[in-house]
Amino acid sequence: MAGFQFFMEVLVGGLLSGVMYALVALGFVLIYKASGVFNFAQGAMVFFAALSFVGFMELGAPFWLALPMTIALMALLGLGIERFVLRPLVNQHEITLLMATIGLTFVIEGVAQLVWGVEVRRLDLGIKDQPLPWLADNTGLFISQIDIFAAVVAGILVATLSLVFSRTKVGRALRAVADDHAAALSIGIPLKRIWALVWAISGIVALVAGMLWGARSGVQFALVFVALKALPVLIIGGFTSVPGVIVAGLIVGAAEKLAEVYIGPSVGGGIESWFPYVLAILFLLVRPEGLFGEKIIRRV
Amino acid sequence: MTLQLHAHARAFPIGGTIIEVQDVSLAFGGVKALTKISFDVREHEVRAIIGPNGAGKSSMLNVINGVYRPQEGTLRFRGEVLAGITPRRAAHLGISRTFQNIALFKGMSVLDNIMAGRNLRMHATFLEVAFRLPRAKREENENREAVEEIIEFLEIEHIRKTPVGRLPYGLQKRVELGRALAAEPKVLLLDEPMAGMNIEEKQDMCRFILDVNDHYGTTIVLIEHDMGVVMDISDRVVVLDYGKKIGDGTPDVVRADQNVIDAYLGVAH
Repeated sequence: MAGFQFFMEVLVGGLLSGVMYALVALGFVLIYKASGVFNFAQGAMVFFAALSFVGFMELGAPFWLALPMTIALMALLGLGIERFVLRPLVNQHEITLLMATIGLTFVIEGVAQLVWGVEVRRLDLGIKDQPLPWLADNTGLFISQIDIFAAVVAGILVATLSLVFSRTKVGRALRAVADDHAAALSIGIPLKRIWALVWAISGIVALVAGMLWGARSGVQFALVFVALKALPVLIIGGFTSVPGVIVAGLIVGAAEKLAEVYIGPSVGGGIESWFPYVLAILFLLVRPEGLFGEKIIRRV
Repeated sequence: MTLQLHAHARAFPIGGTIIEVQDVSLAFGGVKALTKISFDVREHEVRAIIGPNGAGKSSMLNVINGVYRPQEGTLRFRGEVLAGITPRRAAHLGISRTFQNIALFKGMSVLDNIMAGRNLRMHATFLEVAFRLPRAKREENENREAVEEIIEFLEIEHIRKTPVGRLPYGLQKRVELGRALAAEPKVLLLDEPMAGMNIEEKQDMCRFILDVNDHYGTTIVLIEHDMGVVMDISDRVVVLDYGKKIGDGTPDVVRADQNVIDAYLGVAH
């Protein structure tokens, strides 16, 4: 029985961190869906957002002021990137756009550290990194409060965006722009406004991800690498699917923790950091479009 | 194929000029796509632009739609000169279009494609939509009703939820017509609506075009290079060849025109 309890603890812990991976991956999907750009700078945006939020608080801004300030800053950053980096590159080859976002990554990381400094910061959201007593008493599972809080916030955000994009006019416009620019223009969809909107939203998603990850493991440069964990999530879920991102996030989170605990010891441990990529490679071999991605049909 | 065109009295009798093209010239670098083209389109009529491949038909349509900007000449819509028109502005004015190579949103369902066509009829802001405020909800429902009507009109109820990428070619063309229609346009520009279709699909499409014209009174400008089809459904025909206008008039007049016959059949020099 103790064995089962332990298994459950690992599984739930994994699923909770999976929701957080999904949150980071969501930022990629939004932009990729609407503009076909793989935004390599998403990780840097997460880092920049968390660092700015902590920075504002250190300057004396209370939580309720620092949050809207950072939201505004991230929205502006998103709008700026769209206006000054990507719009001049419209109709360029995908690889050109990717290179531009890689360049952007270094600029954002550099500016963030230039402005806010390089030391690791603590981010206190007022939630303890301790097991939830109620849960521990009733089920015997020891799950950290902050993990649960983070998962709930991330879950709500992902679910909301997923609904907006599948059920509403904004979502249709966004998918329309992604599918065919000329046709979208012909029915009066404002291309530039849609792109600006998507970049602003992904900036805000980056902020939420940055705050949650920052609260968990400190606001530091390593946040950039959280974004790399989003890659297997994207490959497994499909680059264009919001629900896919949720499911794949859960799979990756649970699989890496379970693998670490149950397979890890027999190969010397530390497999948590690379196991998701092995999973991603397997998916590429078997189902390259991902679980929920648009099936690639080529008519010859 | 013979279709009895407007055999009964028309619900929307042909009215005054709605689009006027005057001395329009368009060149891409040194290549002259259109040279001094003038013609008019009257309200509620079915106006065809025909000509052999490369005659400049699609270019002409793209000028009316604002995709290309002609170097010379003027374009008037209901008497108002349209300078520097964009596709988005054209959509606002009530000019809808379909494309020669179907340009649907392939990953989306038929319903979503046609709903997207109603974009300009929906006014809720992003925040209203995101938080599902009453106006956004009401708008979604009202527009959904309008779209269902179009779906019924085009007889595509059975494929409502199918992603358009999976539909056969003929049906995709019909969905594209539906999306253009969803905006409730004054003028519908159809770029080779029957290209690549078999005879049965062509007949269906002709019927739908005439029904749209009859039922909604929509003015229709359509491009075709197959003369036979067009002659049956058009009120008047413009003939282009090598970017120049070589004929203009009712189908009977155009059919008898020596220049037109030469352009289509070739002529001994």
